[in-house]
Amino acid sequence: MVANGIGARALRKEDQRFITGKGRYTDDINQHGQAFAVFVRSPHAHAKLVAVDKASVAGMPGVLAVLDGTDVAADGLGNLICGWLVKSKDGSPMKMGAHPLLAQGKVRYVGDRVAVVIAETYAQARDAAEALAVDYAELPATVALADAHGSSTLVHDEVENNLIFDWELGDKAAVDAAMASAAHVTRIDLVNNRLVPNAMEPRAAIGSYDSGLDQFTCYVTSQNPHVHRLVMSAFIQIAPEHKLRVIGPDVGGGFGSKIFIYGEECVVTWASKKVGGRPVKWVAERSESFLSDAHGRDHISHAELAIDAEGNTTALRVNTKANIGAYMSTFSSCVPTYLYGTLLAGQYKTPAIYCDVQAYYTNTAPVDAYRGAGRPEASFLLETLYEQAAKEIGKDPAEFRRQNFIPKDAFPYQTPVALIYDVGDYATTLDRALELADYAGFKARKAEAEKRGMRRGIGISCYIEACGIAPSAVVGSLGAGVGLWESAKVRFSHTGKVQVMTGTHSHGQGHETTFSQLVADKLGIPYEDIEVIHGDTEKTPVGMGTYGSRSLAVGGEAIAKSCDKLIAKGKKIAAHLLEASEADIEFKDGQFTVAGTDRAKAMGEVVFAAYVPHNYPADLEPGMEEGAFFDPPNFTFPAGTYVCEVEVDPETGVVRIERLVAVDDFGNVINPNIVEGQVHGGLTQGIGQALLESAIYDGAGQLLTGSYMDYAMPRADDVPSFEVETAAGTACTSNSMGVKGCGEAGAIGSPPAVINAIIDAIGVRVEMPATPQRVWAAMQGLALAAE
Amino acid sequence: MYAFEYKRPASLAEAAQLLSGDDEAKLVAGGQTFIPTLKQRLAQPSTVIDLGAIGELAGIREEAGGVTIGAMTRHGQVASNDVVRRVIPSLAGMAEVIGDPQVRNLGTLGGSIANNDPAADYPGALLALQATIRTNKREIAADDFLTGMFDTALEADEIIKEVHFKKPDVGHYEKFRNPASRYAIVGAYVTRYGGTVRVAITGAGACAHRWSAAESALGGNFAADAVAGLTVDAGDLNSDIHASADYRAHLVKVMTQRAVKACA
Amino acid sequence: MTKVSMTINGKEMSGEVEGRTLLVDFLRQNLGLTGTHVGCDTSQCGCCVVHVDGRSVKACTMLAVQANGSKVTTIEGLAAADGALHPVQAAFREHHGLQCGFCTPGMIMSAVDLLQHNANPTEHEVREWLEGNICRCTGYHNIVKAILAAAESMRGGVAHAAE
Repeated sequence: MVANGIGARALRKEDQRFITGKGRYTDDINQHGQAFAVFVRSPHAHAKLVAVDKASVAGMPGVLAVLDGTDVAADGLGNLICGWLVKSKDGSPMKMGAHPLLAQGKVRYVGDRVAVVIAETYAQARDAAEALAVDYAELPATVALADAHGSSTLVHDEVENNLIFDWELGDKAAVDAAMASAAHVTRIDLVNNRLVPNAMEPRAAIGSYDSGLDQFTCYVTSQNPHVHRLVMSAFIQIAPEHKLRVIGPDVGGGFGSKIFIYGEECVVTWASKKVGGRPVKWVAERSESFLSDAHGRDHISHAELAIDAEGNTTALRVNTKANIGAYMSTFSSCVPTYLYGTLLAGQYKTPAIYCDVQAYYTNTAPVDAYRGAGRPEASFLLETLYEQAAKEIGKDPAEFRRQNFIPKDAFPYQTPVALIYDVGDYATTLDRALELADYAGFKARKAEAEKRGMRRGIGISCYIEACGIAPSAVVGSLGAGVGLWESAKVRFSHTGKVQVMTGTHSHGQGHETTFSQLVADKLGIPYEDIEVIHGDTEKTPVGMGTYGSRSLAVGGEAIAKSCDKLIAKGKKIAAHLLEASEADIEFKDGQFTVAGTDRAKAMGEVVFAAYVPHNYPADLEPGMEEGAFFDPPNFTFPAGTYVCEVEVDPETGVVRIERLVAVDDFGNVINPNIVEGQVHGGLTQGIGQALLESAIYDGAGQLLTGSYMDYAMPRADDVPSFEVETAAGTACTSNSMGVKGCGEAGAIGSPPAVINAIIDAIGVRVEMPATPQRVWAAMQGLALAAE
Repeated sequence: MYAFEYKRPASLAEAAQLLSGDDEAKLVAGGQTFIPTLKQRLAQPSTVIDLGAIGELAGIREEAGGVTIGAMTRHGQVASNDVVRRVIPSLAGMAEVIGDPQVRNLGTLGGSIANNDPAADYPGALLALQATIRTNKREIAADDFLTGMFDTALEADEIIKEVHFKKPDVGHYEKFRNPASRYAIVGAYVTRYGGTVRVAITGAGACAHRWSAAESALGGNFAADAVAGLTVDAGDLNSDIHASADYRAHLVKVMTQRAVKACA
Repeated sequence: MTKVSMTINGKEMSGEVEGRTLLVDFLRQNLGLTGTHVGCDTSQCGCCVVHVDGRSVKACTMLAVQANGSKVTTIEGLAAADGALHPVQAAFREHHGLQCGFCTPGMIMSAVDLLQHNANPTEHEVREWLEGNICRCTGYHNIVKAILAAAESMRGGVAHAAE
């Protein structure tokens, strides 16, 4: 066994640079001759763009260029894309309005890009951007999702009713029949609140052009540099792919918001050539990020759960309206459909499910994947619905869930909403969570709290998610424009050191550590001898990037397969060196051994022979470098139970989380520290959604929560220490490591647990975020009703 | 930020002279509100006069049984100062819940009250602790100093030198924080001087103000129950995405009651 | 332009700045000390926390000229000259108190200031102290754990007394 192999709590390789201030984020990169870009953004939610008067800033100090939509059009650049084509019930393709790099004739949300000013210094660019005269003719705006259908204001003239698609999944007739014969139907209406991702590093990009090489380079805060390159090349047409290098250096968090290809990085890269190839740097201010990063969630749903006389759920019907914002962002269409409707079976064996989703344009920032992406919305709907149903039929919420779980022996399990769950053991995670949370002792704690004048509640959430995104053929059949395999290359040097090139990108997940552990374990070499390289299209094989908790389950498997190829080649070399048959060579702990003997060659000796092939198999290529692509056969299905206990101050409505227990089945775990850390972060984002965060536009489409003065981010004193356990895993069958993915679970499972606990405490429903004011008002409503 | 000229006078007189000679000049004390305002380009001063080097504006001392605090004293210094903690512990407690530790390390008493943000904590303390604001020109009673939202009795060329706080028999500041900004949605500062009670409310309205009905009620019976029957008129209160006027009105009462209880 | 001089991480440094130059921009752009980050524009996130004359401040909410003549410590100056980590840095690594690393320098500088005047904080005190530092990755769990562990190690391994 190597030290720091699979399962070890290895300390992270990344940390030395981050704790000493040596991280290298996009804004830390300063190149010779660098100029600065500031974007001029629409102050209106909806307006005709009458004129951009470039002459208004002519002669201002330091100004190098002012570019607007006319320049983009003149250069024939393409529009931003949505990479997933969703079809409506009638088979028609989704209706997509153009999403230009810089506004063409119209602006559609506050923050929409109108022009860019490039100047010698940031201050000069900012001064000129402020001075640039732009003439708008204001139009009425469609802001609220609930108002989108039938609004007299169309966000895109060609999209009737602002309706992008009306999608469905499941067996409507079967659901209708089951509903009609149900002993009980629980109904719920809910809102999944709109969020702003808020990675701590604001988005940034630096574009440059080298006329000698005729090559563009773009540093960008990206979760998937190759996808950036693909879109910027094939669709925006800034440069052919081989003439465009995209680098995602250290990236300060993503949570989905840095998957997408935005106009800003395209514009600065294109604009660089217009200012003589000088690097053009753009760094978003936080308030700019609030306006222009893709937001998350924003659903309005109605759901009905049919239950028979014995308490078995027999059917689920869901209708959801999803806000897409003013333009379709890169993956916006799949979030409220294939990442949402397919998860509505949850952990349950409900035989009939039907879901339909209407997606609408509004005059707000684009909405796309944010940590969990569709799955938190599904989990929130299902788990608050189940909680309410249990209470309506007088069953304990835990027992009601247990009764309806897909049993352990039913896997692989085909759900009524397309997915096939490979493995799972939901009763075990539920039992363990209830035990850790002392569910049995809750009544006593509640009574004690009541003596202090506090209301105490407990809430459960049994979530499931589909990760390891994704089998290419499956997603292709559903409308995805790309394959979602992943790639890797593993390269030994002469001296036995290893470089691992991965197509995934790490922006907090600790891939440099986890992948090193994986390779150390596979190849039997020291953890310290491995370097993981990611984030540069010139250094890594083509890959699809990091999102959907896919990096280990898909990217890691590509690494594992590369290692397997190296071992297979090593066996040939070792057999030659040991004058044995290849079939007799065994590989273990870094040693190639002739079976049943003590004759062995260490990996280092084999590697050296491969690079100095003086005594070497005649038919074998020299070198020890192998690559692999991995296209997963299925999604992975992390699942678990979260239990939250809260106290509510009835005088103020303040909710305090007393306890949050998370028991997750992530399959096998490579580094428990990292996995637990991912859960902690996800839980806190989920608590943020449940209690604090909400992106609020006023009726005119102005973002009221446009800074940390008004958008409440979870702080250290808003959350407790968590109790997290990941031990009870069922090994995933879709990859050799048995791993499932852990990046999103916390954000998926926690909001319903928190809200269920609050409802349990106060006895009435409250929407997210359950702010003190909302909780207080909900309690007042109850008091009034009782009077 | 727009460009400006930066001056760092060494004396109050010099600062006053710089200020009076330039209508577009602005003072910076701790800068914790002013610098963000400049960054957002919401102000365009010709000159920024930094009060940071003026010795006369520093220091905390016991005076006439109360406490006198120099205008440039940082919130963190007030929170941890032995004299303040001994003589008016509630004032140290108030300073300890302003902003966050880094804001408290730079933000100042003078800067806070001169800005008179409706959601700031200090203006309520002025009222509750019968403060006297001493400027380079005169003394102003707290009740006369706070004149409205972001408005004070200060003249254009007037600079706060120090503030004297009268020691109460008991006092407590109870704050209900805005979860995002951490300013006060409602803050209630209750003090008792013999049979006289002061109740200063911040955050709820356009400007920190005294809740006279509660003062009378508590003057007769210094107990949380004494204000239970009072109603707060929501019509005068702020309403925003974090708290409606009705909720604020409710919180005014709850925070006042909690402050009274904490005084016990 | 005004000339400013400061002792930064133990070294005398000077540069020409405008009145409007923020301390954080002076550090990052004039001096190349890019470990101090900017994560917001309303003085809340704390990614830019440095020490000025021994106290933690937000370098995005202080003018460079205001720090003229001061002693400034940034994340780059926290470890010993031989590279030995400060106990708070070491504890962040040991307890996985960071993920993307962007808030980390400010978090660490803030925590060091806490432990300067409260050698034995409770978990509650640590959480309250971090009010001016926002982290989006860790959920604070391991940051709090790291700071408590650092406090213990700086006290010479004495565990916290019962709260």
